[in-house]
Amino acid sequence: MNNRILRLLPGATLLAMLGPVVAGLIGVLLPAFGWMPALGMTQLTTDAFADLFAWPGLARASYLSVFVGLAATLFALTVVVMVCACWQGTRAFNWLERVLSPLLSLPHATAAFALAFLIAPSGWIVRLVSPWITGWDSPPDVLVLNDPMGLSLTLGLIVKEIPFLILMTLAALNQINAGPTIRAARSMGYSRHIAWLKLIFPRVYMQIRLPVYVVLAYSMTVVDVATILGPTTPPTLSVQILDWLSDPTLMRHSIAAAGAVWQLGLVAGVLFTWRASERIVASLGTRWIEKGTRGRDSGSLRMLAFALGGGSAFIIGLGLAVLTIWSFAGLWTFPDALPQKFTFKNWERHLPALRDTATETLQIAACASLISLTLSIGCLEAEHRFNLRMRRYSWWLLYIPLIVPQVSFLPGLQMLFLQLGATSGTKAVICAHIVFVLPYVFLSLGDPFRNWDERFATVGASLGHGPDTTLWRLRLPMLLRPILTATAVGFAVSIGQYLPTLLTGGGRVTTLTTEAVALASGSDRRAIGAYGLALTASAMLPFALATLLPRAMWRNRRGLAHG
Amino acid sequence: MNRILAALLALGIAPLHAESAPDPSDWDVVLETAKGQTVYWNAWGGSVITNEFIAWVAERVSEDFGVTLEHVKLSDTADAVTRVVAEKAAGKDEGGAVDLIWINGANFAAMKENDLLFGPWVNDLPNWQYVDVHGKTVQTDFTVPTDGLEAPWSMAQVVFMYDAEKLPAPPTNMQDILDLVRDNPGRFTFPQPPDFLGATFLKQALYDLADDPAPLLKPVQDADYDSVTAPLWAYLDELTPLLWRQGLAYPQSGPQQIQLLADKEIDLAISFSPGEASAAIENFELPDTFRTFVLEKGTIGNASFVAVPYNANAKSGAMVVANFLMSPEAQARAQDPKYLGVGTILDMDKLDESDRALFDDIDLGVATLTPEELGTALPEPHPSWMTRIQDDWTERFGVGRE
Repeated sequence: MNNRILRLLPGATLLAMLGPVVAGLIGVLLPAFGWMPALGMTQLTTDAFADLFAWPGLARASYLSVFVGLAATLFALTVVVMVCACWQGTRAFNWLERVLSPLLSLPHATAAFALAFLIAPSGWIVRLVSPWITGWDSPPDVLVLNDPMGLSLTLGLIVKEIPFLILMTLAALNQINAGPTIRAARSMGYSRHIAWLKLIFPRVYMQIRLPVYVVLAYSMTVVDVATILGPTTPPTLSVQILDWLSDPTLMRHSIAAAGAVWQLGLVAGVLFTWRASERIVASLGTRWIEKGTRGRDSGSLRMLAFALGGGSAFIIGLGLAVLTIWSFAGLWTFPDALPQKFTFKNWERHLPALRDTATETLQIAACASLISLTLSIGCLEAEHRFNLRMRRYSWWLLYIPLIVPQVSFLPGLQMLFLQLGATSGTKAVICAHIVFVLPYVFLSLGDPFRNWDERFATVGASLGHGPDTTLWRLRLPMLLRPILTATAVGFAVSIGQYLPTLLTGGGRVTTLTTEAVALASGSDRRAIGAYGLALTASAMLPFALATLLPRAMWRNRRGLAHG
Repeated sequence: MNRILAALLALGIAPLHAESAPDPSDWDVVLETAKGQTVYWNAWGGSVITNEFIAWVAERVSEDFGVTLEHVKLSDTADAVTRVVAEKAAGKDEGGAVDLIWINGANFAAMKENDLLFGPWVNDLPNWQYVDVHGKTVQTDFTVPTDGLEAPWSMAQVVFMYDAEKLPAPPTNMQDILDLVRDNPGRFTFPQPPDFLGATFLKQALYDLADDPAPLLKPVQDADYDSVTAPLWAYLDELTPLLWRQGLAYPQSGPQQIQLLADKEIDLAISFSPGEASAAIENFELPDTFRTFVLEKGTIGNASFVAVPYNANAKSGAMVVANFLMSPEAQARAQDPKYLGVGTILDMDKLDESDRALFDDIDLGVATLTPEELGTALPEPHPSWMTRIQDDWTERFGVGRE
């Protein structure tokens, strides 16, 4: 590899990732303050903000954004901490890990549909017990989905974020070698969960802090899940911003821009408060640790932790089951637990369109993941050859696209693409996807790449091979498994993108996710079932390949198969 | 860096080689130009049967005219309008992303007012001769003259779908509906405005409750808005707490409402398509106990249109598609509840015998009213009413009612 190119790569990568965010933010800030020269508006005003504050739903929508974000993050984090504290190092924990990890690749929209089918008053849970237990011939008129408090939206986010936080915690645990510490504490009489909380959690939290911020910012601003599960009178702030964006009168565009700035401010405020609370919790925690209370092993606490962790997996599993049934359903009215008739008609009618959409979805995902993979490997190799060190602020840079709310900068980016004359939606969509795919690919490849045993390179060098040969013939083949996993992560992230596809594709680029969310506005459950399953399959297939391929390729070199 | 940016900007503004404005009166040239073009039809994508109808149209225009039709599935028609507005703001006056829009009412009025439409072209289409220009409102869209800027492709009229097993005698006016809901609270709702169908429910209620509906046909500025709409708000104040979920949540679209009917969450729902219930029964979406009714004072009717943006990339292709949509073949298929179940825009008397036979052979289905039962449709109020009522509804009922 040309060293000059390699030296430039880290900078280029940052540009590819942060450039669109910065450009998009500028593209939102200007119209928010009334600067739209294309329309002859060249005076800075705050009219858009006045209009925004005059909207009667603003207080409620802002409150929802904050409440849902905080509640979902706190609850998901608590469950993850409970599960790890009570079960880490046991066989049940390994089982839980195996059940939860595939859920990570499940697109948010699918999980939301699955949950909606399940918990609605006419949903599957009620159908299973009606009318024989409940006596209901028609569903009860209770507000479960789209409740004004945003509780079902919060629940949907919790079950989807638990697997993410668990996997991030596991990665952190691998680096701090928790086993001996816990054993030592146990021998001093600490109960299992107290030992974990006092000795492991503070170190783990340092490592998962940024992922927690991602969950917090994401939950505050999510659009696709909120359209399916969230309240509508009024909707959450980001959904309302999207509504304004799709209004034919331009006046609403500047309200949307002002709303996007407001949303950004809310997220920044909540993140700041969270950061401040960390210090308070830390100082309280230190006092608690110093007190030296040992605590007692509590069977009921362990069961509760297991029920919460396993339950979140079970809910989504059940949801996927009912999604499958709907895709084969003929007439299926309340209160029947199963359709009166099963039919292949739904699949027959949706399959041709599904095939085309799936192809386009996977093509976009492949481009975005491969570009991200190339950039990541290039950066990591540059870091290694030129001895660049990742400092703390560089970690922040990686997380910026994941923490800045999508709805705050994508509208600006859409306008920019338009002004650059990008008519071919697909390329623009791939560019936008890279912004979100790249950080995940880089993060999942970083540790295995840096932890690779340098002694192999020394052996290679002693045989007269240069750094390029070492990279291509030793390092990359030995890292096949983590590379494939990082690619699979990239696929899953790209496939799940809703807002970037919608806004930068100009509606012309349809992926399984945009199609599924559009169908949700029509609510034909048979179609949603078919699209939901296709969505799940295309996100999970790359993970299956990432597990199976190394096994098949390194059949004769067992040591390599584990990467 | 600045120079690169400037070059990129110039590149974006420079026209791609798009066709210059075609002349619709020279149809042979239009057909010739259209061959090989790709038409991006931006149309609401929330209904499976509509999507399938559009897919069939795509197949047919590709066979007969060599036009590739791509359905851009919108969740809201305004998205396409926004796209054109954004393109105009960015100076992209040619080679735009939208070739054809399924459009109505306020969106049409906004585009027409801002000169965002290509035309006039509609009266030059060969199939225009079959259109029922006297009996149907195909030349005004919500009282706004279409001026040949948009082509009609189907007729709609408000009906209510109900489960005949649960309600033996359907209501005949809005007050009846309120009485019915009072006896069965939680069993009725409507899509949440500004959804099109939800806004239609508000207008239908206003028509039925107003002492004198005449002001509705003029712009809202010319009327005493408060006194005209007072009966509507009084009605809704009483109705809303009795709605499904006490009016704290609403279905987001017409099809979502049908799902609620199928789930037996509600017994009664508004529809803008007289054949929708029959089509849903045909499609396993509703049990066959469903029927439809209209109000005795009449219900609102309108036509669905397609329009071509001023900067469309494939104008000829778009006109060919619009012309095909008006053909007896496409119209007969659209009327058949097996496929779509909407009203035709054609005048049966203008068709020759074989074309008329296409319509005579259609089985309209158990839940569809005959044209006589449907009665004469009421004209749509001026679009300014819709905007104003919608905004007011949102303020009163749509943003947090404890």
